[in-house]
Amino acid sequence: MSDYKLNPHYASEDVKKEPIRTGFGRGLKIAGKDDENIVALCADLTESTQMHMFRDEFPERFVEVGVAEQNLVTVASGMARAGKIPFTSSYAAFSPGRNWEQIRTTICLNDMPVKIVGSHAGVSVGPDGATHQMLEDLALMRVLPNMVVVVPGDSIEAEKATIAIAENGKPSYIRLAREKTPIFSTEGSPFEIGKAYVLRTGSDITLAGTGLMTHQLLLLARMLEDSGVNAEVLHVPTIKPLDEEAILESVKKTGRVVTAEEAQIAGGFGGAVAELLSEKCPAPLHRIGMKDRFGESGDPQELLEHFGLTAETMLPHVQQFIDKVPQYKPGY
Amino acid sequence: MSGQLTITQLQQKANDIRKDIINSLEAAGSGHSAGPLGMADLLTTLYLDIMNIRPHQPNWSERDYFFLSNGHCAPVQYAAMAEAGYFDKSELKTLRKFGSRLQGHPERTALPGLENTSGPLGSGLSQAAGVAYTLQYLDKQLHRFVYAATGDGELNEGNIWEAAMFAGKYKLSQLVVFIDRNNIQIDGSTEDVMPLEDLRGKWESFGWHVQEIDGHNVESIQDAASMARAITNKPSVVITHTIPGKGVDFMEYDYKWHGTPPNREQAKAALRKLRTLNGKIVGGNE
Repeated sequence: MSDYKLNPHYASEDVKKEPIRTGFGRGLKIAGKDDENIVALCADLTESTQMHMFRDEFPERFVEVGVAEQNLVTVASGMARAGKIPFTSSYAAFSPGRNWEQIRTTICLNDMPVKIVGSHAGVSVGPDGATHQMLEDLALMRVLPNMVVVVPGDSIEAEKATIAIAENGKPSYIRLAREKTPIFSTEGSPFEIGKAYVLRTGSDITLAGTGLMTHQLLLLARMLEDSGVNAEVLHVPTIKPLDEEAILESVKKTGRVVTAEEAQIAGGFGGAVAELLSEKCPAPLHRIGMKDRFGESGDPQELLEHFGLTAETMLPHVQQFIDKVPQYKPGY
Repeated sequence: MSGQLTITQLQQKANDIRKDIINSLEAAGSGHSAGPLGMADLLTTLYLDIMNIRPHQPNWSERDYFFLSNGHCAPVQYAAMAEAGYFDKSELKTLRKFGSRLQGHPERTALPGLENTSGPLGSGLSQAAGVAYTLQYLDKQLHRFVYAATGDGELNEGNIWEAAMFAGKYKLSQLVVFIDRNNIQIDGSTEDVMPLEDLRGKWESFGWHVQEIDGHNVESIQDAASMARAITNKPSVVITHTIPGKGVDFMEYDYKWHGTPPNREQAKAALRKLRTLNGKIVGGNE
């Protein structure tokens, strides 16, 4: 049994749903109350990114920079040099999509505790289409030295993650989703940067998810149970630093891994796990996510199904993977 | 540091800094010559006269800030910092070498006294604006100033104009930017590569107070900084006209010296030019 406190209604049809970005908005307001050095900067998307909650509470600590993402993060770098803890927000496609070099040089190499908040990530952005559905942000941020990369699984965790990165003193990226998504954690669930959590114990396969995909893996585990497969579900809300110990411990037990993310599997979470396994525990791996292609317009649920990112659409692929691939035994 | 050296002493210090630039570049075997020589009078006057700083206490909480946005001009910043007392001049010979604090382009985390990491062009002005915003609106420390230097080729970058709009909107009056207007960039003349004129009009239209000065006249630099500090409702930009390679006549105006260091012979010749002010001083061992 896992001691992680799951929302008891996580598998119910009427599970409470809320956008992950809303949890960020709440978290930033709480962090702002605790530390007056926290400032917020936005590039003309203050309500979309939910930064308005902070703006309305602390108008004197909010800076509107206009549609200028390069300036957004570099002004923030300067404010950090002057002792502030700046949170910068936009859509992930624009920040860190457009201003990667500025983040690399003036925040990571310069080692400034600027927080990059990328909202509207993944295909679940929906009708806006491929231009706005950021899929490459995990790869872009994960390769930067000094950068911390966090992908909360639901709005409750997003609130905790926001407060945590406000206090970590490091350059940090937090990835948010637009749509309402099911809440699977509880107020009492733990969150610590760099930690992965076993949500359900099992012995036949590890299902490792990040962001909103973890909920789909919880549902998938129940479906697999019906066919006699005992799956372990691992929630990995921090992509960097990756909780290698927790992942390896799970994989050594189950001998097979599925990763799931709403991002490009190349360089993303699946990529990170592939790097880890190939060096330290070469168990068979099946990566679920976007496979070298862009999204497109559509209803969010329709798109998640189309791209095989729901429990139902993952099931046949995961079942086939289990049927074909034997469990890895350490010492082969 | 303010006001302790005479004009003549500052001119002599600028000449010394030019020699240090030549020596460090020759020792490094790579790096940029023209821009640093051109900016020597400006950085000398900033570090030794204008800025309120304590080189032995680089993070002094009351200091003025300096942001070098065109990081390839690091040799002049290092030489001016050494002259000001941030570190010993002997360290200038380690420029660009393995293990040195004097990285090829400035890295804040490597050397106390640097306020930013720079090299990729266009982002130093925004960082300076971020500090200026903090001093003006958040910490309300109106007696502190933020100085920045940019290249002119660097003004091709969109990030610069995003920062210009931002500083104009918020009337960041503690921000003073010097543009090293030397009219060259790597591929040739700025007006051929990507025309900047009407440069004054551009900045004025973004809400800035604009001055134009001779960037090799120490008094003009001092006066421009005083005027900029006196302007309380706008950010200030000083279009600082300079000669690339200034002080070494065979390097002046020649853009091939943009990214080239002098070899041993050229360095000896350059030092002789600097000692004799390009042959104007005759005598001694010349």
